[in-house]
Amino acid sequence: MAVMLDLKNIRKSFYLNTPNELEILHGLNLTVDKGEFLSIVGASGSGKSTFMNIIGVLDRPTDGYYNLDGVDIEKAKDWELSGIRNKKIGFVFQTYNLVARTSALKNVKLPMLYAGMKKKDRLERAKELLDIVDMSDRMMHNPDELSGGQKQRVAIARAMANNPSIILADEPTGALDSKTGRKIMDIFHKLHKEQGKTIILITHSPELAEETERIITLKDGEIVGERRKQ
Amino acid sequence: MLIGENILLALSGLKSNKMRAFLTMLGIIIGIASVIAIMTVGNSLNTSVTSSMQEMGANNLTVGLKQKSYSEEVTESGMRFGAGFRKSMTSDDYITDEMLSAYKEEYPDNIDAISISESIGSGTAEDGNLSANVNIVGVNIGYLSINELTLLSGRSLTDRDQEEGRKVVLVSEKLVKNLFDGDNYNALESAINININGKYYTYTIVGVYEYEENSMFTSESDEDVTTDVYLPLKTAKEQNHSEEGYTQFTIVTTTDTDNETFMEQTKYFFNVYYAKNENYEVNVTSMESMLESMTEMLSTISIAISIIAGISLLVGGIGVMNIMLVSITERTREIGTRKALGATNASIRLQFITESVVICLVGGFIGIVLGIILGSAAVTILGYDASASVQSIIFSVVFSMLIGVTFGYYPANKAAKMNPIEALRYE
Ligand SMILES: Nc1ncnc2c1ncn2[C@@H]1O[C@H](COP(=O)(O)OP(=O)(O)O)[C@@H](O)[C@H]1O
Ligand SMILES: [Mg+2]
Repeated sequence: MAVMLDLKNIRKSFYLNTPNELEILHGLNLTVDKGEFLSIVGASGSGKSTFMNIIGVLDRPTDGYYNLDGVDIEKAKDWELSGIRNKKIGFVFQTYNLVARTSALKNVKLPMLYAGMKKKDRLERAKELLDIVDMSDRMMHNPDELSGGQKQRVAIARAMANNPSIILADEPTGALDSKTGRKIMDIFHKLHKEQGKTIILITHSPELAEETERIITLKDGEIVGERRKQ
Repeated sequence: MLIGENILLALSGLKSNKMRAFLTMLGIIIGIASVIAIMTVGNSLNTSVTSSMQEMGANNLTVGLKQKSYSEEVTESGMRFGAGFRKSMTSDDYITDEMLSAYKEEYPDNIDAISISESIGSGTAEDGNLSANVNIVGVNIGYLSINELTLLSGRSLTDRDQEEGRKVVLVSEKLVKNLFDGDNYNALESAINININGKYYTYTIVGVYEYEENSMFTSESDEDVTTDVYLPLKTAKEQNHSEEGYTQFTIVTTTDTDNETFMEQTKYFFNVYYAKNENYEVNVTSMESMLESMTEMLSTISIAISIIAGISLLVGGIGVMNIMLVSITERTREIGTRKALGATNASIRLQFITESVVICLVGGFIGIVLGIILGSAAVTILGYDASASVQSIIFSVVFSMLIGVTFGYYPANKAAKMNPIEALRYE
């Protein structure tokens, strides 16, 4: 199977008040195949989000090697990372992070705007995506007029805008009740099965983790367990 | 393409926070409005004054007596010429007919005509319950030719009228309209009684001239309008019991005369007579030089107001910068989100610079409209025709954009350089 992500000996330190260095990730190794659906679990503060941000090239590791679909991230310029986030990766956050005072439709169009897509194509694609997440009837609504589950569905549609091959979801159901969370999970399964997306899911829920193909357990910035399901 | 989206984004931002947007723009609005207002006033005054002065003869020289003084600057401008100079004038001080004849003989090629006038006063011409406002002005033949009066009926004043000091006058068509029901022929050879502060003067009308609207005073109605009644200079002098001689006269120079040089020559010529006079000397001014000093005065006022406007714009720009910094802090998470979605630093920078330029441009447009309204109102109150200055409008638009870019750059750059993770974690 083709490798999508290859991370070797990833370290991340924060410099709270220089020179006080605080290492959060202590040399993580992870290889993810194309089309894999895996989950990362672990206690709060174990470094899951920090790791995810590095995987999503929102942040650079302090040390280590990272190859994303053939691109050596260490050597890539900042604007190249912007392009990777724009076209290769779709983010789904626990707090949705929809742009305020901006309609669902416009939120979904945003990544396409940065990709330089034509206006007509943007509109067409955004409508199509909102239809997939069953939000067509709310596309003119602003975020403050939507429920948590609805917001997260819009956020997933937005993450899918430029048809990325990787979806990174950081506790996407963390703020939702189990019934709504179930609906969101179903969308991920659908994207995985029907479109072959590579999906990495951070979750607190053992049941949801059980639904994925591989479970990585993080503790104090180290991988302490890895279980492949079949 | 991204710019278009950014403009829409900025406008919807302004719309959703109107009060804050307005307060932010206030400095820009006041600054631009005052620039536009003063430019409108300056432009209108310049246009009207230039045209009306040209009407009055920009190439005329005015020769007058002024008090010998050691504080030259009082008379330097030409505008305050003659202030209070009558107080100790004696018969020895006047410019005499002999001087004028000698002057004419000396420069026959330069002098086209010499115009002299002497006012008797202002009052009302009365006939039963009809009346008309008038100025009685004694004039010489030169005066009439310079002012190019168009006779509608009757005759002009002649040399004989002048020599004999006849009590004959030229009146305006407006006066005829008010006193004779507009019948010019009926007015001719009629007597006219003019009341000046209770004292009556009676003349015979020999001609009616066409009234030309003076653009400097247009606010009076036909009934209230004050027109000139012209009578021979000699008659006026006799009625005033004034001395032989003049305090002021106007020279029309020939077309191939260099006025600048001729002004100096004229001044020199007359001051030979006044070398021994202890109190008076002769000063020569031209409409041109008066126009110059007027323009100079206007531009001084313009500069002063422009400085105030500049300070206001600077404060306005700092206000815009301040509100942009606030806005960027408030929208830190949005910036983080946009970066996560693939926005480059450059596109974030562009977004916020566009926003700041849009704020300044909207403020600028409001300022331009407000400035034109205020400027036009001021000009209209002063009694001139308003005309906005196109350059100042273009300048204002460009300047607003410049403020937007200048004061928007720092906040926009700050937003662009935000670390995406820190921006997303911002609470
Ligand atoms: N920008 C940062 N500066 C300082 N400390 C940070 C920063 N980001 C994360 N941390 C610390 O790193 C640790 C791991 O955080 P995080 O990756 O968010 O954990 P998780 O997502 O597993 O709950 C925490 O102790 C947190 O305080
Ligand atoms: Mg986390």
